[in-house]
Amino acid sequence: MSVIVYTESENGKLKKNAFEVASYASEVAKQMGTSVTAIAINASDVDELGNYGVTKALNVSDESLKIFNAKAYANTISQAVEKEGGKILIVSSSTDTKFMAPIVTAKLKAGYVPNVVAAPENASPFTVKRTAFSNKGFAHTEIKSDMKIIGVSNNAFGVHENKVDVAVEDFNASISDSDFSTKSVEIDKVVGKATIADADIVVSGGRGLKGPENWGMVEELADVLGAATACSKPVSDLGWRPHGEHVGQTGKPVASNLYIAIGISGAIQHLAGVSSSKTKVVINTDAEAPFFKAADYGIVGDAFEVVPQLIEKLKELKAQNA
Amino acid sequence: MKILVCISNVPDTTSKINFTDGDTKFDTNGVQFVINPNDEFGLTRAMWFKEKQGASVHVVTVGTAAVEPTIRKALAIGADEAIRVNAEPTDGYFVAQQLAEVIKNGEYDLVIAGRESIDYNGGMVPGILATLLDMNFVNTCISLEIDGETVTAMREIDGGKEKIETSLPLVIGGQKGLVEESDLRIPNMRGIMMARKKALNVVEPITADKATEDAKFEKPAPKGAVKLVDSVDALVDLLHNEAKVI
Repeated sequence: MSVIVYTESENGKLKKNAFEVASYASEVAKQMGTSVTAIAINASDVDELGNYGVTKALNVSDESLKIFNAKAYANTISQAVEKEGGKILIVSSSTDTKFMAPIVTAKLKAGYVPNVVAAPENASPFTVKRTAFSNKGFAHTEIKSDMKIIGVSNNAFGVHENKVDVAVEDFNASISDSDFSTKSVEIDKVVGKATIADADIVVSGGRGLKGPENWGMVEELADVLGAATACSKPVSDLGWRPHGEHVGQTGKPVASNLYIAIGISGAIQHLAGVSSSKTKVVINTDAEAPFFKAADYGIVGDAFEVVPQLIEKLKELKAQNA
Repeated sequence: MKILVCISNVPDTTSKINFTDGDTKFDTNGVQFVINPNDEFGLTRAMWFKEKQGASVHVVTVGTAAVEPTIRKALAIGADEAIRVNAEPTDGYFVAQQLAEVIKNGEYDLVIAGRESIDYNGGMVPGILATLLDMNFVNTCISLEIDGETVTAMREIDGGKEKIETSLPLVIGGQKGLVEESDLRIPNMRGIMMARKKALNVVEPITADKATEDAKFEKPAPKGAVKLVDSVDALVDLLHNEAKVI
């Protein structure tokens, strides 16, 4: 009875979060005295999972699953779990996986706990720590059902190398036309840029930037850092930036290693959304801005002076370390 | 078209979060409860369908009598009828099973739920519900158009958006974008008066197991003081050498 982990891929390559959930699964397997079996869909590099403690990988090659479809993916993964007799399934916190995991939950009659930030703290009752109240608190949640699904928060556990031999097996699930009753007809996605969901660094702007015409420097700073761009709620409400960049309690949560807030005062709803980020930097003219109380580092200063200097300095640093 | 909007009763987004009873319960003292923001976007979109396409809109919540002011607000905004499943909404699986029972009995074409509640953030109710009922499902839905049985929805994906075609009956997990923030409605006096006359049906829960239980809560550890620097050089040095994040 292995611990099963669903490792996400994109364009045939495993995503960064695949290695994080594999690392997490490896830790759970160690606690339970068992091994890790991964399931991957249309990934060409499943061998790499052996670097993170996966001893068996079920590889699905299916053209019909080339574009993510929640129900068809959920069916495939449920069948893999059943085939392996798994009782614990580990998944990521990507938007696609959060779409799919509740379907698997219902199919397998499981207890699903998303937003988990640490390895299980107890095997009986099986207890995991997760964020709650939009990151304003933590819950220690017991999973009472026989089948357990754990959704690991991005960047919470990290990637841990643990090299083992991995046996790769082909796996084909039985999926039918009814699994494709929702059909993807168009995908509008920025290619080649980090997304808020899996970026190590997020650069975010607020009303202090005065208008959408000033976003060039935010994007340039993000480019230098290989970061994703984001914004506060008023900025997306004003239409300066798309809704998908809105970070906060009613927007996207950010759990990056570095979050740089430029011209954002730090409303309680915004702070809730970013509190899982490890290091927070604030650049704001108002020394009384609430964000300074929640930040690790800060500069009281005008973004229009500080950000261009920061871009130059980071370019120099990058050149030195190249 | 018959629409059901699932409403979760949550602490206002400005609430400070505290726990009581040895950190085993959320402390409701002094907390203002509201319609979950993700549900409010869905409710407003449902009102649009009612006004433009002649739909009827019911709302449902799983909760004790204490949640009635929140569900009354949904009626004051314009929902036609409300249902309250008389149970503590203890975990997502339990709530989804209760809602599924209501939907089975009501024969709804469209079920709108928020993508997640802003209190327990489980985000699982719409998906479990859709699967239990074998209905089509679109999560993180940011736009929804219905023409007869044909549905065109947009959903948020990491780094962009995806257009999806499907059909009724459908469950969506909605969020900001479904309507503009400026379109959200504040109940007016007429709506509040009318809401008093609308049906609020209380139904008893079905027997359902809980899959999970929050045994204990904790608040994040207090944060150390911010290090304020007066130069970009100093900031880069700290980020590179102390925090080691660049």
